[in-house]
Amino acid sequence: MIEVRELRREFKVATSKGLRRRYKTVTAVDDVTFGVEAGEAVGYVGPNGAGKSTTIKMLTGILVPTSGHVRVNGVDPSRQRRDLARRIGVVFGQRSQLWWDLPLRDSFDLLRSIYRVPAADHRDRLDECVELLGLRGFLATPVRQLSLGQRMRGEITAALLHAPELLVLDEPTIGLDLESKERLREFLADINARRGTTLLLTTHDLDDIERLCPRLMVIDHGRVLADGPLDELRAEVTPERELVIDLREPGPPPDVPGVTAVRSEANGLRHHLTFRRVETTAAQLITRVVSRVEVHDLAVVEPQIDDVIRKLYQRQAGQARASVES
Amino acid sequence: MLAGMTTNVVFGLLRVAVLAAALRAANGEIADYDIAATNTFVWIGQGLLGFVLLWGTNELAERVRSGDVVVDLYRPWHLQSALLAQDAGRAGFAFLTRLAPPMVFGMALFPFQFPATALQWPLFLLSAVLALVVSFAFRFLIDVSAFWLLDNRGLYGFWNITSGVLCGLTVPVAFFPDWARDVLWLTPFPALLQAPIDVFLGHGSAPGILLYQVFWAAAMLGLGHLALQRAVRRVVVQGG
Repeated sequence: MIEVRELRREFKVATSKGLRRRYKTVTAVDDVTFGVEAGEAVGYVGPNGAGKSTTIKMLTGILVPTSGHVRVNGVDPSRQRRDLARRIGVVFGQRSQLWWDLPLRDSFDLLRSIYRVPAADHRDRLDECVELLGLRGFLATPVRQLSLGQRMRGEITAALLHAPELLVLDEPTIGLDLESKERLREFLADINARRGTTLLLTTHDLDDIERLCPRLMVIDHGRVLADGPLDELRAEVTPERELVIDLREPGPPPDVPGVTAVRSEANGLRHHLTFRRVETTAAQLITRVVSRVEVHDLAVVEPQIDDVIRKLYQRQAGQARASVES
Repeated sequence: MLAGMTTNVVFGLLRVAVLAAALRAANGEIADYDIAATNTFVWIGQGLLGFVLLWGTNELAERVRSGDVVVDLYRPWHLQSALLAQDAGRAGFAFLTRLAPPMVFGMALFPFQFPATALQWPLFLLSAVLALVVSFAFRFLIDVSAFWLLDNRGLYGFWNITSGVLCGLTVPVAFFPDWARDVLWLTPFPALLQAPIDVFLGHGSAPGILLYQVFWAAAMLGLGHLALQRAVRRVVVQGG
Protein backbone atom coordinates (compact mmCIF):
# COMPACT_ATOMS: atom_id res chain seq x y z
CA MET A 1 0.00 0.00 0.00
CA ILE A 2 2.78 2.39 0.97
CA GLU A 3 6.32 1.99 -0.22
CA VAL A 4 8.94 4.50 0.89
CA ARG A 5 12.65 4.25 0.20
CA GLU A 6 15.31 6.69 1.34
CA LEU A 7 12.80 9.47 1.41
CA ARG A 8 14.26 12.85 2.17
CA ARG A 9 12.96 16.36 2.45
CA GLU A 10 15.02 19.44 3.14
CA PHE A 11 13.84 22.95 3.83
CA LYS A 12 15.69 26.18 3.46
CA VAL A 13 15.38 28.35 6.51
CA ALA A 14 16.50 31.96 6.58
CA THR A 15 19.03 32.54 9.33
CA SER A 16 19.44 36.29 8.91
CA LYS A 17 17.14 39.08 7.91
CA GLY A 18 17.75 41.94 5.56
CA LEU A 19 18.62 42.18 1.91
CA ARG A 20 21.26 39.51 1.88
CA ARG A 21 19.64 36.58 3.55
CA ARG A 22 21.61 33.59 4.51
CA TYR A 23 19.96 30.23 4.45
CA LYS A 24 20.66 26.99 6.14
CA THR A 25 19.28 23.66 5.09
CA VAL A 26 17.20 21.79 7.59
CA THR A 27 16.48 18.13 6.96
CA ALA A 28 12.97 17.37 8.14
CA VAL A 29 12.90 13.82 6.85
CA ASP A 30 16.24 12.11 6.58
CA ASP A 31 16.38 9.01 4.36
CA VAL A 32 13.34 7.27 5.75
CA THR A 33 12.54 3.78 4.52
CA PHE A 34 9.46 1.76 5.36
CA GLY A 35 6.56 -0.12 3.87
CA VAL A 36 2.95 -0.61 4.85
CA GLU A 37 0.87 -3.54 3.62
CA ALA A 38 -2.79 -3.27 2.72
CA GLY A 39 -4.99 -3.73 5.76
CA GLU A 40 -2.37 -2.78 8.32
CA ALA A 41 -2.89 -0.22 11.05
CA VAL A 42 0.28 1.68 11.76
CA GLY A 43 0.89 4.27 14.44
CA TYR A 44 3.41 6.92 13.52
CA VAL A 45 4.68 8.77 16.54
CA GLY A 46 7.40 11.21 17.41
CA PRO A 47 7.85 14.50 19.23
CA ASN A 48 6.80 17.80 17.67
CA GLY A 49 9.02 18.63 14.75
CA ALA A 50 10.16 15.04 14.28
CA GLY A 51 9.04 14.92 10.64
CA LYS A 52 5.70 13.15 10.96
CA SER A 53 3.59 15.69 9.16
CA THR A 54 6.24 16.23 6.52
CA THR A 55 6.22 12.51 5.80
CA ILE A 56 2.44 12.49 5.58
CA LYS A 57 2.42 15.46 3.22
CA MET A 58 4.82 13.62 0.94
CA LEU A 59 2.75 10.44 1.11
CA THR A 60 -0.34 12.34 0.08
CA GLY A 61 1.36 14.35 -2.65
CA ILE A 62 1.12 17.79 -1.08
CA LEU A 63 4.87 18.10 -0.72
CA VAL A 64 7.45 17.14 -3.30
CA PRO A 65 10.29 15.07 -1.81
CA THR A 66 13.83 16.37 -2.12
CA SER A 67 14.92 12.86 -3.01
CA GLY A 68 13.88 9.26 -2.58
CA HIS A 69 11.15 6.99 -3.73
CA VAL A 70 7.47 7.05 -2.68
CA ARG A 71 4.63 4.95 -3.97
CA VAL A 72 1.18 4.97 -2.45
CA ASN A 73 -1.34 2.61 -3.96
CA GLY A 74 1.15 2.18 -6.78
CA VAL A 75 1.24 5.83 -7.82
CA ASP A 76 3.76 8.61 -7.31
CA PRO A 77 1.82 10.94 -4.99
CA SER A 78 3.19 14.33 -6.02
CA ARG A 79 2.82 13.61 -9.73
CA GLN A 80 -0.61 12.00 -9.56
CA ARG A 81 -2.04 13.89 -6.64
CA ARG A 82 -5.55 14.05 -8.02
CA ASP A 83 -5.74 10.34 -8.90
CA LEU A 84 -4.44 9.48 -5.48
CA ALA A 85 -6.87 11.86 -3.75
CA ARG A 86 -9.74 9.82 -5.10
CA ARG A 87 -8.40 6.67 -3.45
CA ILE A 88 -7.23 7.85 -0.06
CA GLY A 89 -8.88 9.66 2.79
CA VAL A 90 -7.18 12.22 5.00
CA VAL A 91 -8.31 13.54 8.36
CA PHE A 92 -6.60 16.33 10.24
CA GLY A 93 -7.35 16.79 13.89
CA GLN A 94 -6.59 20.47 13.58
CA ARG A 95 -8.13 21.35 10.23
CA SER A 96 -11.56 20.86 8.77
CA GLN A 97 -12.63 19.64 5.40
CA LEU A 98 -16.28 20.37 6.10
CA TRP A 99 -18.00 23.57 5.04
CA TRP A 100 -18.24 25.81 8.05
CA ASP A 101 -21.65 27.29 7.31
CA LEU A 102 -23.35 24.24 5.84
CA PRO A 103 -25.22 21.49 7.65
CA LEU A 104 -23.22 18.29 7.90
CA ARG A 105 -25.52 16.57 5.44
CA ASP A 106 -24.89 19.23 2.77
CA SER A 107 -21.14 18.94 3.25
CA PHE A 108 -21.45 15.22 2.60
CA ASP A 109 -23.53 15.86 -0.52
CA LEU A 110 -20.89 18.25 -1.85
CA LEU A 111 -18.19 15.68 -1.22
CA ARG A 112 -20.23 13.10 -3.06
CA SER A 113 -20.18 15.37 -6.13
CA ILE A 114 -16.50 16.21 -5.75
CA TYR A 115 -15.52 12.55 -5.52
CA ARG A 116 -18.19 11.49 -8.04
CA VAL A 117 -19.57 8.73 -5.83
CA PRO A 118 -22.68 6.96 -7.17
CA ALA A 119 -25.76 7.99 -5.18
CA ALA A 120 -26.55 4.47 -3.96
CA ASP A 121 -23.00 3.83 -2.68
CA HIS A 122 -23.02 7.21 -1.01
CA ARG A 123 -26.27 6.46 0.77
CA ASP A 124 -25.07 3.07 2.01
CA ARG A 125 -21.77 4.38 3.33
CA LEU A 126 -23.36 7.41 4.90
CA ASP A 127 -26.00 5.27 6.60
CA GLU A 128 -23.31 3.04 8.01
CA CYS A 129 -21.32 5.95 9.43
CA VAL A 130 -24.44 7.64 10.77
CA GLU A 131 -25.28 4.42 12.56
CA LEU A 132 -21.84 3.61 13.95
CA LEU A 133 -20.78 7.13 14.83
CA GLY A 134 -24.17 8.29 16.01
CA LEU A 135 -24.48 11.28 13.71
CA ARG A 136 -28.25 11.24 13.38
CA GLY A 137 -28.90 13.91 15.95
CA PHE A 138 -26.86 16.61 14.24
CA LEU A 139 -26.89 15.88 10.51
CA ALA A 140 -28.92 19.03 9.92
CA THR A 141 -26.76 21.24 12.15
CA PRO A 142 -24.36 23.71 10.54
CA VAL A 143 -20.78 22.61 11.09
CA ARG A 144 -19.91 25.81 12.97
CA GLN A 145 -22.36 24.85 15.72
CA LEU A 146 -21.01 21.33 16.27
CA SER A 147 -18.91 20.42 19.26
CA LEU A 148 -15.38 19.28 18.54
CA GLY A 149 -16.33 15.65 19.19
CA GLN A 150 -19.29 15.85 16.84
CA ARG A 151 -17.24 17.62 14.20
CA MET A 152 -14.48 15.00 14.31
CA ARG A 153 -17.05 12.27 13.78
CA GLY A 154 -18.24 14.28 10.79
CA GLU A 155 -14.66 14.67 9.53
CA ILE A 156 -14.04 10.93 9.68
CA THR A 157 -17.29 10.24 7.86
CA ALA A 158 -16.33 12.80 5.22
CA ALA A 159 -13.02 11.02 4.67
CA LEU A 160 -14.67 7.62 4.28
CA LEU A 161 -17.57 8.35 1.93
CA HIS A 162 -15.53 7.59 -1.17
CA ALA A 163 -14.39 4.28 0.36
CA PRO A 164 -10.66 5.02 0.40
CA GLU A 165 -8.24 2.11 0.58
CA LEU A 166 -5.94 4.11 2.83
CA LEU A 167 -7.01 6.43 5.60
CA VAL A 168 -4.39 8.83 6.90
CA LEU A 169 -5.19 10.46 10.22
CA ASP A 170 -3.10 13.30 11.58
CA GLU A 171 -3.76 13.56 15.31
CA PRO A 172 -7.41 12.59 15.01
CA THR A 173 -8.13 12.50 18.74
CA ILE A 174 -6.51 15.80 19.67
CA GLY A 175 -8.65 17.78 22.08
CA LEU A 176 -11.35 15.14 22.43
CA ASP A 177 -12.71 13.93 25.76
CA LEU A 178 -12.14 10.37 26.83
CA GLU A 179 -15.49 9.06 25.70
CA SER A 180 -15.28 10.65 22.26
CA LYS A 181 -11.76 9.30 21.85
CA GLU A 182 -12.86 5.83 22.75
CA ARG A 183 -15.79 5.94 20.38
CA LEU A 184 -13.58 7.09 17.53
CA ARG A 185 -10.99 4.41 18.21
CA GLU A 186 -13.63 1.74 18.31
CA PHE A 187 -15.00 2.89 14.98
CA LEU A 188 -11.58 3.02 13.34
CA ALA A 189 -10.66 -0.42 14.63
CA ASP A 190 -13.92 -1.67 13.21
CA ILE A 191 -13.44 -0.31 9.68
CA ASN A 192 -9.86 -1.54 9.70
CA ALA A 193 -11.00 -5.03 10.62
CA ARG A 194 -14.16 -5.21 8.56
CA ARG A 195 -13.43 -3.19 5.44
CA GLY A 196 -9.70 -3.78 5.46
CA THR A 197 -9.03 -0.06 5.22
CA THR A 198 -5.35 0.59 5.83
CA LEU A 199 -4.77 3.06 8.63
CA LEU A 200 -1.79 5.32 9.15
CA LEU A 201 -2.11 7.59 12.11
CA THR A 202 0.04 10.10 13.87
CA THR A 203 -0.74 10.95 17.43
CA HIS A 204 0.59 12.17 20.72
CA ASP A 205 -2.01 10.15 22.54
CA LEU A 206 -0.39 6.80 22.98
CA ASP A 207 -3.63 5.16 23.99
CA ASP A 208 -4.63 5.57 20.35
CA ILE A 209 -1.72 3.35 19.40
CA GLU A 210 -2.29 0.87 22.16
CA ARG A 211 -5.92 0.53 21.16
CA LEU A 212 -5.64 0.68 17.38
CA CYS A 213 -2.25 -0.06 15.98
CA PRO A 214 -0.52 -3.41 16.24
CA ARG A 215 2.47 -1.75 14.63
CA LEU A 216 4.33 1.29 15.83
CA MET A 217 6.82 3.48 14.02
CA VAL A 218 8.80 5.98 16.02
CA ILE A 219 10.48 8.87 14.30
CA ASP A 220 12.70 11.63 15.65
CA HIS A 221 14.91 14.16 13.92
CA GLY A 222 13.70 12.82 10.60
CA ARG A 223 14.89 9.28 11.23
CA VAL A 224 13.02 6.13 12.06
CA LEU A 225 14.09 5.07 15.55
CA ALA A 226 12.02 1.95 15.78
CA ASP A 227 9.52 0.06 13.73
CA GLY A 228 7.73 -3.06 14.85
CA PRO A 229 4.93 -4.57 16.91
CA LEU A 230 4.25 -2.60 20.05
CA ASP A 231 4.76 -5.63 22.32
CA GLU A 232 8.18 -6.38 20.91
CA LEU A 233 9.31 -2.80 21.22
CA ARG A 234 8.11 -2.76 24.78
CA ALA A 235 10.03 -5.90 25.65
CA GLU A 236 13.10 -4.63 23.88
CA VAL A 237 13.49 -1.23 25.42
CA THR A 238 11.96 -1.80 28.80
CA PRO A 239 12.87 -5.33 29.78
CA GLU A 240 12.05 -4.47 33.40
CA ARG A 241 8.68 -4.57 35.01
CA GLU A 242 7.64 -2.99 38.22
CA LEU A 243 6.08 -4.51 41.28
CA VAL A 244 4.43 -2.18 43.73
CA ILE A 245 3.80 -3.53 47.23
CA ASP A 246 1.99 -1.95 50.15
CA LEU A 247 3.16 -3.33 53.48
CA ARG A 248 0.99 -3.79 56.54
CA GLU A 249 3.59 -2.13 58.76
CA PRO A 250 6.21 0.38 57.63
CA GLY A 251 9.53 -1.29 57.02
CA PRO A 252 12.49 -1.61 54.67
CA PRO A 253 11.93 -3.07 51.21
CA PRO A 254 12.10 -6.87 51.23
CA ASP A 255 15.41 -8.25 50.11
CA VAL A 256 14.63 -10.71 47.35
CA PRO A 257 17.18 -11.93 44.78
CA GLY A 258 16.59 -10.63 41.25
CA VAL A 259 14.78 -7.54 42.47
CA THR A 260 15.94 -3.96 42.75
CA ALA A 261 14.22 -1.55 45.08
CA VAL A 262 13.77 1.72 43.18
CA ARG A 263 12.01 3.87 45.72
CA SER A 264 9.87 3.90 48.81
CA GLU A 265 6.86 6.02 49.64
CA ALA A 266 4.70 6.79 52.64
CA ASN A 267 7.46 6.24 55.21
CA GLY A 268 8.21 2.77 53.96
CA LEU A 269 4.63 1.61 53.59
CA ARG A 270 4.86 1.41 49.81
CA HIS A 271 7.84 0.11 47.83
CA HIS A 272 8.50 0.09 44.10
CA LEU A 273 10.57 -2.90 42.99
CA THR A 274 11.74 -3.73 39.50
CA PHE A 275 12.62 -7.09 38.06
CA ARG A 276 13.67 -8.41 34.68
CA ARG A 277 10.90 -10.31 33.02
CA VAL A 278 13.23 -12.74 31.28
CA GLU A 279 14.73 -13.84 34.61
CA THR A 280 11.74 -14.08 36.90
CA THR A 281 8.02 -14.31 36.43
CA ALA A 282 5.76 -12.07 38.41
CA ALA A 283 4.18 -15.09 40.07
CA GLN A 284 7.47 -16.47 41.41
CA LEU A 285 8.41 -13.06 42.67
CA ILE A 286 5.16 -12.46 44.47
CA THR A 287 5.43 -15.80 46.26
CA ARG A 288 8.91 -14.90 47.45
CA VAL A 289 7.98 -11.42 48.58
CA VAL A 290 4.90 -12.56 50.42
CA SER A 291 6.92 -15.22 52.26
CA ARG A 292 9.25 -12.54 53.63
CA VAL A 293 7.03 -9.62 54.57
CA GLU A 294 3.41 -9.08 55.40
CA VAL A 295 1.82 -7.55 52.31
CA HIS A 296 -1.37 -5.53 52.33
CA ASP A 297 -1.73 -5.05 48.61
CA LEU A 298 0.37 -5.42 45.48
CA ALA A 299 0.29 -4.62 41.78
CA VAL A 300 2.40 -5.46 38.75
CA VAL A 301 2.84 -2.44 36.51
CA GLU A 302 3.43 -2.79 32.78
CA PRO A 303 5.68 -0.07 31.40
CA GLN A 304 3.52 2.65 29.95
CA ILE A 305 3.81 3.21 26.26
CA ASP A 306 5.06 6.72 27.01
CA ASP A 307 7.97 5.17 28.89
CA VAL A 308 8.68 2.91 25.95
CA ILE A 309 8.82 5.81 23.59
CA ARG A 310 10.80 8.02 25.95
CA LYS A 311 13.35 5.25 26.28
CA LEU A 312 13.53 4.98 22.51
CA TYR A 313 14.28 8.71 22.22
CA GLN A 314 16.89 8.44 24.94
CA ARG A 315 18.50 5.46 23.30
CA GLN A 316 18.80 7.41 20.09
CA ALA A 317 20.29 10.42 21.87
CA GLY A 318 22.74 8.10 23.63
CA GLN A 319 23.82 6.56 20.36
CA ALA A 320 24.29 9.99 18.81
CA ARG A 321 26.48 11.04 21.72
CA ALA A 322 28.49 7.85 21.51
CA SER A 323 29.16 8.33 17.82
CA VAL A 324 30.29 11.92 18.41
CA GLU A 325 32.64 10.88 21.17
CA SER A 326 34.25 8.01 19.29
CA MET B 1 -27.11 41.51 1.47
CA LEU B 2 -29.41 44.44 2.28
CA ALA B 3 -26.38 46.35 3.52
CA GLY B 4 -24.53 45.68 0.27
CA MET B 5 -27.52 46.76 -1.76
CA THR B 6 -27.94 49.96 0.21
CA THR B 7 -24.25 50.80 0.02
CA ASN B 8 -24.27 50.31 -3.73
CA VAL B 9 -27.22 52.65 -4.13
CA VAL B 10 -25.89 55.36 -1.78
CA PHE B 11 -22.52 55.37 -3.50
CA GLY B 12 -24.35 55.45 -6.81
CA LEU B 13 -26.12 58.64 -5.73
CA LEU B 14 -22.82 60.23 -4.74
CA ARG B 15 -21.17 59.29 -8.01
CA VAL B 16 -24.11 60.51 -10.06
CA ALA B 17 -23.91 63.86 -8.29
CA VAL B 18 -20.16 64.22 -8.84
CA LEU B 19 -20.24 63.20 -12.49
CA ALA B 20 -23.29 65.36 -13.21
CA ALA B 21 -21.42 68.36 -11.80
CA ALA B 22 -18.45 67.55 -14.02
CA LEU B 23 -20.74 67.29 -17.05
CA ARG B 24 -22.32 70.65 -16.31
CA ALA B 25 -18.87 72.22 -16.10
CA ALA B 26 -18.06 70.65 -19.49
CA ASN B 27 -21.23 71.94 -21.15
CA GLY B 28 -23.27 68.76 -20.85
CA GLU B 29 -21.15 66.18 -22.63
CA ILE B 30 -17.77 64.49 -22.21
CA ALA B 31 -16.55 61.93 -24.73
CA ASP B 32 -19.93 60.48 -25.80
CA TYR B 33 -21.37 60.73 -22.30
CA ASP B 34 -24.39 62.99 -21.84
CA ILE B 35 -26.33 63.07 -18.62
CA ALA B 36 -28.45 59.97 -19.43
CA ALA B 37 -25.42 57.92 -20.50
CA THR B 38 -23.56 59.02 -17.36
CA ASN B 39 -26.41 57.95 -15.10
CA THR B 40 -26.59 54.64 -16.91
CA PHE B 41 -22.82 54.24 -16.56
CA VAL B 42 -23.00 54.82 -12.82
CA TRP B 43 -25.98 52.58 -12.07
CA ILE B 44 -24.74 49.66 -14.15
CA GLY B 45 -21.29 50.09 -12.66
CA GLN B 46 -22.71 50.00 -9.14
CA GLY B 47 -24.57 46.83 -9.98
CA LEU B 48 -21.68 45.09 -11.72
CA LEU B 49 -19.36 45.87 -8.84
CA GLY B 50 -21.09 43.32 -6.63
CA PHE B 51 -21.77 40.91 -9.47
CA VAL B 52 -18.20 40.53 -10.73
CA LEU B 53 -16.98 41.05 -7.15
CA LEU B 54 -14.19 43.43 -8.02
CA TRP B 55 -13.04 43.48 -4.42
CA GLY B 56 -13.18 39.95 -3.19
CA THR B 57 -12.56 38.26 0.10
CA ASN B 58 -8.96 37.07 -0.22
CA GLU B 59 -10.19 33.78 1.22
CA LEU B 60 -7.82 31.46 -0.59
CA ALA B 61 -4.84 33.60 0.42
CA GLU B 62 -5.93 33.34 4.05
CA ARG B 63 -6.10 29.59 3.68
CA VAL B 64 -2.60 29.55 2.25
CA ARG B 65 -1.42 31.62 5.19
CA SER B 66 -3.01 29.34 7.76
CA GLY B 67 -2.09 26.16 5.92
CA ASP B 68 -5.73 25.10 5.57
CA VAL B 69 -5.12 25.05 1.83
CA VAL B 70 -3.85 21.47 2.25
CA VAL B 71 -7.45 20.42 2.61
CA ASP B 72 -8.21 21.98 -0.79
CA LEU B 73 -5.19 20.30 -2.30
CA TYR B 74 -6.17 16.87 -0.99
CA ARG B 75 -9.34 16.92 -3.04
CA PRO B 76 -9.56 15.28 -6.44
CA TRP B 77 -10.43 18.50 -8.23
CA HIS B 78 -8.83 21.28 -10.19
CA LEU B 79 -8.75 23.95 -7.52
CA GLN B 80 -9.09 26.86 -9.91
CA SER B 81 -12.10 25.36 -11.69
CA ALA B 82 -13.72 24.48 -8.40
CA LEU B 83 -13.34 28.03 -7.13
CA LEU B 84 -14.61 29.44 -10.42
CA ALA B 85 -17.69 27.28 -10.10
CA GLN B 86 -18.16 28.52 -6.56
CA ASP B 87 -17.79 32.12 -7.71
CA ALA B 88 -20.30 31.58 -10.50
CA GLY B 89 -22.78 30.36 -7.91
CA ARG B 90 -22.16 33.42 -5.80
CA ALA B 91 -22.60 35.65 -8.84
CA GLY B 92 -25.91 34.01 -9.67
CA PHE B 93 -27.22 35.12 -6.32
CA ALA B 94 -25.54 38.52 -6.67
CA PHE B 95 -27.32 38.99 -9.99
CA LEU B 96 -30.60 39.24 -8.13
CA THR B 97 -29.40 41.03 -5.05
CA ARG B 98 -26.60 43.28 -6.27
CA LEU B 99 -26.80 43.78 -10.03
CA ALA B 100 -30.51 44.21 -10.59
CA PRO B 101 -31.48 46.55 -7.73
CA PRO B 102 -29.18 49.52 -8.52
CA MET B 103 -30.02 49.20 -12.23
CA VAL B 104 -33.75 49.23 -11.54
CA PHE B 105 -33.29 52.08 -9.09
CA GLY B 106 -31.42 54.12 -11.71
CA MET B 107 -33.89 53.30 -14.46
CA ALA B 108 -36.85 54.31 -12.33
CA LEU B 109 -35.55 57.56 -10.88
CA PHE B 110 -33.00 59.01 -13.31
CA PRO B 111 -32.80 59.83 -16.99
CA PHE B 112 -31.51 56.53 -18.34
CA GLN B 113 -30.11 55.50 -21.70
CA PHE B 114 -31.70 52.20 -22.66
CA PRO B 115 -30.11 49.96 -25.31
CA ALA B 116 -31.03 50.98 -28.83
CA THR B 117 -31.67 47.40 -29.94
CA ALA B 118 -33.13 44.42 -28.09
CA LEU B 119 -30.05 42.35 -28.98
CA GLN B 120 -27.94 44.54 -26.70
CA TRP B 121 -29.61 43.10 -23.60
CA PRO B 122 -28.38 39.49 -24.07
CA LEU B 123 -25.03 40.78 -25.30
CA PHE B 124 -24.76 42.84 -22.13
CA LEU B 125 -25.46 39.74 -20.03
CA LEU B 126 -22.84 37.77 -21.92
CA SER B 127 -20.35 40.58 -21.44
CA ALA B 128 -21.16 40.76 -17.72
CA VAL B 129 -20.49 37.02 -17.38
CA LEU B 130 -17.15 37.42 -19.18
CA ALA B 131 -16.35 40.32 -16.85
CA LEU B 132 -17.08 38.00 -13.95
CA VAL B 133 -14.62 35.42 -15.30
CA VAL B 134 -11.89 38.03 -15.79
CA SER B 135 -12.54 39.39 -12.31
CA PHE B 136 -12.32 35.90 -10.84
CA ALA B 137 -9.07 35.27 -12.73
CA PHE B 138 -7.59 38.51 -11.36
CA ARG B 139 -8.61 37.67 -7.80
CA PHE B 140 -7.33 34.13 -8.16
CA LEU B 141 -3.89 35.36 -9.26
CA ILE B 142 -3.73 37.74 -6.31
CA ASP B 143 -4.77 34.91 -4.01
CA VAL B 144 -2.20 32.52 -5.44
CA SER B 145 0.56 35.08 -4.91
CA ALA B 146 0.21 34.19 -1.23
CA PHE B 147 2.06 30.95 -1.95
CA TRP B 148 5.14 33.09 -2.52
CA LEU B 149 4.43 36.17 -0.45
CA LEU B 150 2.70 34.36 2.42
CA ASP B 151 1.10 37.67 3.31
CA ASN B 152 -0.37 39.19 0.18
CA ARG B 153 -2.36 41.92 1.91
CA GLY B 154 -0.09 44.60 0.46
CA LEU B 155 -0.73 43.44 -3.07
CA TYR B 156 -4.38 43.06 -2.27
CA GLY B 157 -4.60 46.62 -0.98
CA PHE B 158 -2.82 47.89 -4.07
CA TRP B 159 -5.36 46.06 -6.21
CA ASN B 160 -8.25 47.59 -4.27
CA ILE B 161 -6.93 51.08 -4.85
CA THR B 162 -5.94 50.83 -8.50
CA SER B 163 -8.51 48.51 -10.00
CA GLY B 164 -11.40 50.95 -9.58
CA VAL B 165 -9.65 53.66 -11.54
CA LEU B 166 -8.29 51.40 -14.25
CA CYS B 167 -11.41 49.34 -14.96
CA GLY B 168 -13.79 52.25 -15.47
CA LEU B 169 -15.50 52.39 -12.11
CA THR B 170 -14.41 55.83 -10.95
CA VAL B 171 -14.82 57.53 -14.34
CA PRO B 172 -15.48 56.04 -17.75
CA VAL B 173 -12.30 54.89 -19.47
CA ALA B 174 -13.32 57.24 -22.29
CA PHE B 175 -12.67 60.23 -19.98
CA PHE B 176 -8.95 59.45 -19.92
CA PRO B 177 -6.59 61.27 -22.33
CA ASP B 178 -6.53 59.48 -25.68
CA TRP B 179 -3.16 57.85 -25.16
CA ALA B 180 -4.07 56.54 -21.70
CA ARG B 181 -7.40 55.30 -22.95
CA ASP B 182 -5.70 53.36 -25.76
CA VAL B 183 -3.13 51.88 -23.42
CA LEU B 184 -5.83 50.83 -20.94
CA TRP B 185 -7.75 48.96 -23.61
CA LEU B 186 -4.62 46.89 -24.23
CA THR B 187 -4.80 45.68 -20.62
CA PRO B 188 -7.44 43.39 -19.10
CA PHE B 189 -8.72 46.12 -16.75
CA PRO B 190 -11.56 47.54 -18.87
CA ALA B 191 -12.79 43.96 -19.36
CA LEU B 192 -13.85 44.01 -15.71
CA LEU B 193 -16.45 46.77 -15.87
CA GLN B 194 -16.17 49.17 -18.75
CA ALA B 195 -16.71 46.47 -21.37
CA PRO B 196 -20.23 45.41 -20.33
CA ILE B 197 -21.20 49.05 -19.79
CA ASP B 198 -20.03 49.92 -23.30
CA VAL B 199 -22.03 47.01 -24.70
CA PHE B 200 -25.12 48.26 -22.88
CA LEU B 201 -24.63 51.85 -24.03
CA GLY B 202 -23.73 50.82 -27.58
CA HIS B 203 -20.31 52.46 -27.40
CA GLY B 204 -17.88 50.74 -29.76
CA SER B 205 -18.55 47.45 -31.54
CA ALA B 206 -20.12 44.82 -29.31
CA PRO B 207 -18.49 41.80 -31.04
CA GLY B 208 -15.09 43.50 -30.77
CA ILE B 209 -15.58 44.14 -27.06
CA LEU B 210 -16.76 40.57 -26.44
CA LEU B 211 -13.79 39.13 -28.32
CA TYR B 212 -11.47 41.32 -26.28
CA GLN B 213 -13.07 39.97 -23.09
CA VAL B 214 -12.89 36.36 -24.25
CA PHE B 215 -9.20 36.82 -24.97
CA TRP B 216 -8.45 38.21 -21.52
CA ALA B 217 -10.66 35.70 -19.73
CA ALA B 218 -8.73 32.85 -21.35
CA ALA B 219 -5.34 34.47 -20.89
CA MET B 220 -5.87 35.34 -17.24
CA LEU B 221 -7.31 31.92 -16.39
CA GLY B 222 -4.37 30.28 -18.16
CA LEU B 223 -1.95 32.40 -16.19
CA GLY B 224 -3.71 31.48 -12.96
CA HIS B 225 -3.55 27.79 -13.86
CA LEU B 226 0.20 27.96 -14.50
CA ALA B 227 0.79 29.97 -11.34
CA LEU B 228 -1.10 27.43 -9.25
CA GLN B 229 0.81 24.57 -10.81
CA ARG B 230 4.11 26.19 -9.96
CA ALA B 231 2.90 27.13 -6.52
CA VAL B 232 1.90 23.58 -5.73
CA ARG B 233 5.29 22.24 -6.79
CA ARG B 234 7.07 24.55 -4.41
CA VAL B 235 4.48 24.67 -1.70
CA VAL B 236 5.54 24.51 1.88
CA VAL B 237 2.44 24.01 3.87
CA GLN B 238 2.45 26.09 7.01
CA GLY B 239 2.13 24.48 10.40
CA GLY B 240 1.24 21.04 11.74
